[in-house]
Amino acid sequence: MAPKKKPDTNGNAALHKELLHHMLLQRRFEEKVAEAYALGKIGGFCHLYIGQEAVSTGIIPLLREDDYVITTYRDHGQAIVRGVPPRNVMAELFGRVDGCSKGKGGSMHMFDRNVNFLGGHGIVGGHVPVATGVGFAIKYRGGDQVIVCFMGEAAVNNGAFHESLNMAGLWKLPVVYVIENNKYGMGTAESRASSTMEMYKRGDTYSMANAVVDGQDVFAVREAATAAIARARATGEATLLEVRTYRFVGHSMSDAVSGTYRSKAELEEYMKRDPINLLKATMTAAGELDDAALQAMEQEIAAVVQDAWDFADASPEPPLEALYEDVLVETTAG
Amino acid sequence: MPVITYRDALNQALREEMHNDDRVFLMGEEVGLYNGAYKVSKGLLEEFGEMRVVDTPITELGFAGVGVGAAMVGLRPVIEFMTWNFALLALDQVVNAAAKMLYMSGGQYPMPIVFRGPNGAALQLSAQHSQAWESWLAHIPGLKVVSPGTPYDAKGLLKSAIRDGNPVVFLEGEMLYNTKGEVPEEPYLIPLGKADLKREGNDCSIITSGKMVLVAMSAADQLAKEGIHVDVVDLRTIRPMDTEAIFASVRRTNRAVVLEEGWEVCGIGAQVVDYIQRDCFDDLDAPVIRVHQADVPMPYAKAIEKAAKPDVPKTIAAVKKVMYLEA
Ligand SMILES: Cc1ncc(C[n+]2csc(CCOP(=O)(O)OP(=O)(O)O)c2C)c(N)n1
Ligand SMILES: [Mg+2]
Repeated sequence: MAPKKKPDTNGNAALHKELLHHMLLQRRFEEKVAEAYALGKIGGFCHLYIGQEAVSTGIIPLLREDDYVITTYRDHGQAIVRGVPPRNVMAELFGRVDGCSKGKGGSMHMFDRNVNFLGGHGIVGGHVPVATGVGFAIKYRGGDQVIVCFMGEAAVNNGAFHESLNMAGLWKLPVVYVIENNKYGMGTAESRASSTMEMYKRGDTYSMANAVVDGQDVFAVREAATAAIARARATGEATLLEVRTYRFVGHSMSDAVSGTYRSKAELEEYMKRDPINLLKATMTAAGELDDAALQAMEQEIAAVVQDAWDFADASPEPPLEALYEDVLVETTAG
Repeated sequence: MPVITYRDALNQALREEMHNDDRVFLMGEEVGLYNGAYKVSKGLLEEFGEMRVVDTPITELGFAGVGVGAAMVGLRPVIEFMTWNFALLALDQVVNAAAKMLYMSGGQYPMPIVFRGPNGAALQLSAQHSQAWESWLAHIPGLKVVSPGTPYDAKGLLKSAIRDGNPVVFLEGEMLYNTKGEVPEEPYLIPLGKADLKREGNDCSIITSGKMVLVAMSAADQLAKEGIHVDVVDLRTIRPMDTEAIFASVRRTNRAVVLEEGWEVCGIGAQVVDYIQRDCFDDLDAPVIRVHQADVPMPYAKAIEKAAKPDVPKTIAAVKKVMYLEA
């Protein structure tokens, strides 16, 4: 891994506070999601992002309103950072009509047209060609927008990844492909699935700029993403960014946190580098954060999360008529 | 009225729609410089340039997904598969992405995209290149499936498919590209979801679509010489299916043969027969019979290939059978 520069924290207290807020909100929101899941308020597959918050936080706030974000089923955190209201994310999880996908998508399929959040997608690798198509459309229109496509490291071994990056490299499309390498695809360690541990180097195959970065360090992620986004905007060219991170929870709600495929010792080792604690430490050292400020932020976030829960709980289930809605749009051709 | 080929009718449809709407682009293998594997896109690269007539690598899953992404943010892609056999590699994008996007986004992301290309068997291309996929695709809610049999229908339906706000699977036929028919010079559209009664006769209904329309018409000609007059109901669109047109015909003829290019098991004919038995049970004078491909992969050798395919003699025999006549 490339040595990382010491972050220049001078004069950026407001930004750091904002980044901390993004990370804490995702963390507390998902802790609440776990609670709701245990109570049976949320069903189906549900994948938490806890431990990986510096990735969404280091990248998404750098985007413009007219840029796009697309991701996998592990999508709650990214949706919230992009600006999907926590209320509507929670309502979607609860399967309610006020959900950001009207209760038809669930945990894995958060969509919000208002903020160009093109969805959580459930087929590993399946959204990577879609992201590439958004890049194509940007180029087709001669725009200078960017699409960021998040994926897990297991998607890299999927044919859709290869086909997509080949086209993006060939046609020069403004896509930032972000591999969130959390070391495991369900229970399969990357070393048991990939012929190389240097995922980012696959970018070379596609004549694509690439980099690897410490995904627990929000400043490092932000710096790498800044370069990738600037490249896409200025030259229309794609980047493959490997972000090394770790999930502090099971693959999904039905998976034990550790046990069969990873040890408790390993988990504990990685948890020492909790991205939230790392940022807090930096801010505290720089005199930007004290206990009172942190308490205030925690309280404000707790209220937002509770409000999301209350809102979701009060929102009705989709009416039965909704079952047959949104299969097709009405068209007037003919 | 000008008489043109099915190929040229499709070409006209693409050209007209690309003129009408600069969001429309054509993407696929060999569509540009090579003018299309079957020359459907002849001249389009020259006319519209590389951004709108896009040659791709051999990467069906990838470029189908590029179409989905482009449609998601407002373009109107026409994705050409060299044949539908190769589209199997892209079905994740057609089925899991295009067909579901509107629904799972709660209505936020319509998917105005056309996936098109030749479907079904040509001649002696054997097992991997001779398959009819309509029942696979028509199974999926969220897709429309169109299968035109004549140049006139091909043009009018492709134009409608491109203007439709939904993902449309457009099944052409390699053996149809050279067939000719009247196509008016002035622009026209044919609505999706509407069948066409291609021939009228009160003795039996033949319900079919796509390339099998030609088989049905030829069978009808021969039957007429024997004094048997059949309806030929060309479904034109398989999903949504024009059941009213089927019922109207069957209620008049009281007998039906369903003719399709693909295999029997879980085929389109099974669905048509189900619609008929539910709504026209009391109108029937005989069980409905299906004509379809033999339940085997397509062989290469001429005689057994012929034996595997639905054809005019098999269709005639089926009509006679539902009429309780000697074959
Ligand atoms: C094509 C496909 N195969 C299998 C699955 C089941 N599955 C869901 S998530 C997952 C692991 C993916 O791991 P990774 O890409 O590293 O993402 P992470 O879950 O670690 O965020 C698997 C195998 C799937 N959803 N799609
Ligand atoms: Mg992973």
